[in-house]
Amino acid sequence: MRIDCKHVWGHISAYIDGEVDAALRAEIDKHLETCEICSAVLDSTRNVVVLVADGRVFELPAGFSTRLHARLERELELAGPS
Amino acid sequence: MTAPNPEFEADCIRRILAGERQLFHALIGPCERAIYFLLLSLLRNEAEAEDAAQETAIKVYLNLRNFRGDSQFRTWVLSIARNEGLGRLRKAGTRREDSLDADTDEQTGDYTPAILTSWREVPSEALERQELGTMLRKAIEGLPEIYRNVVLLRDIEEMDVRETATALGITDGAVKVRLHRARSLLQRELAPKLEGFAPQKKGLFGWFK
Repeated sequence: MRIDCKHVWGHISAYIDGEVDAALRAEIDKHLETCEICSAVLDSTRNVVVLVADGRVFELPAGFSTRLHARLERELELAGPS
Repeated sequence: MTAPNPEFEADCIRRILAGERQLFHALIGPCERAIYFLLLSLLRNEAEAEDAAQETAIKVYLNLRNFRGDSQFRTWVLSIARNEGLGRLRKAGTRREDSLDADTDEQTGDYTPAILTSWREVPSEALERQELGTMLRKAIEGLPEIYRNVVLLRDIEEMDVRETATALGITDGAVKVRLHRARSLLQRELAPKLEGFAPQKKGLFGWFK
């Protein structure tokens, strides 16, 4: 069975996570060999996933940790876990 | 993100409960980021998310004896964070429309990706340009809440499917469906804009563009 582009798009996220079974993966790989659109869609999606996962995109506000632990410190002095 | 270390956590918890309270700082430290960003995703306000994150950490401490070890410590912590966030939204009566409307996975939507015929890789070094980080943050903040939470825990905090599902109180299947939709929406939104961040292609002889 030859799969079409829409079918491939439906599995892109699972494909990136290595969660498609071997048979489907082989079908998708075969499709990607000849379909430049799906290859570009896959590469761009994977690129987006890598970029958003970079620790520099979402950083804790300055001083967050210091304030959190200072507040915890006050709490730790007051009481132990119940 | 710091990988969870169950043995370290179990040892810490035992000792904290035995009186070494100061160890709680080290126990909660690796969860800080995930707590804050989950709450920021829910509350969409930095100051409120920070305050809720502090409250969460205190609740975790006070209820430490209730941690049974049948889930990962961080998963347990994140469900406390989520309850804290949802409680605040309920109290303020500000549970937003998008979270109510989109709170179903049966929703059909247009998840067609941005159609491209070629892709030039945008390397992580491009993040040194602040505008790229801003663009990525805006795209994620623009996702419906149920998709944003999943991207945040799966792709940004790199939690596995099971842990994400438990922390959000949804099924593994829902995590996968939502993540797929979220990534499609992000690709569609970002791919056309990211082109400018790819390195310039060198011509055949280097000096042609």
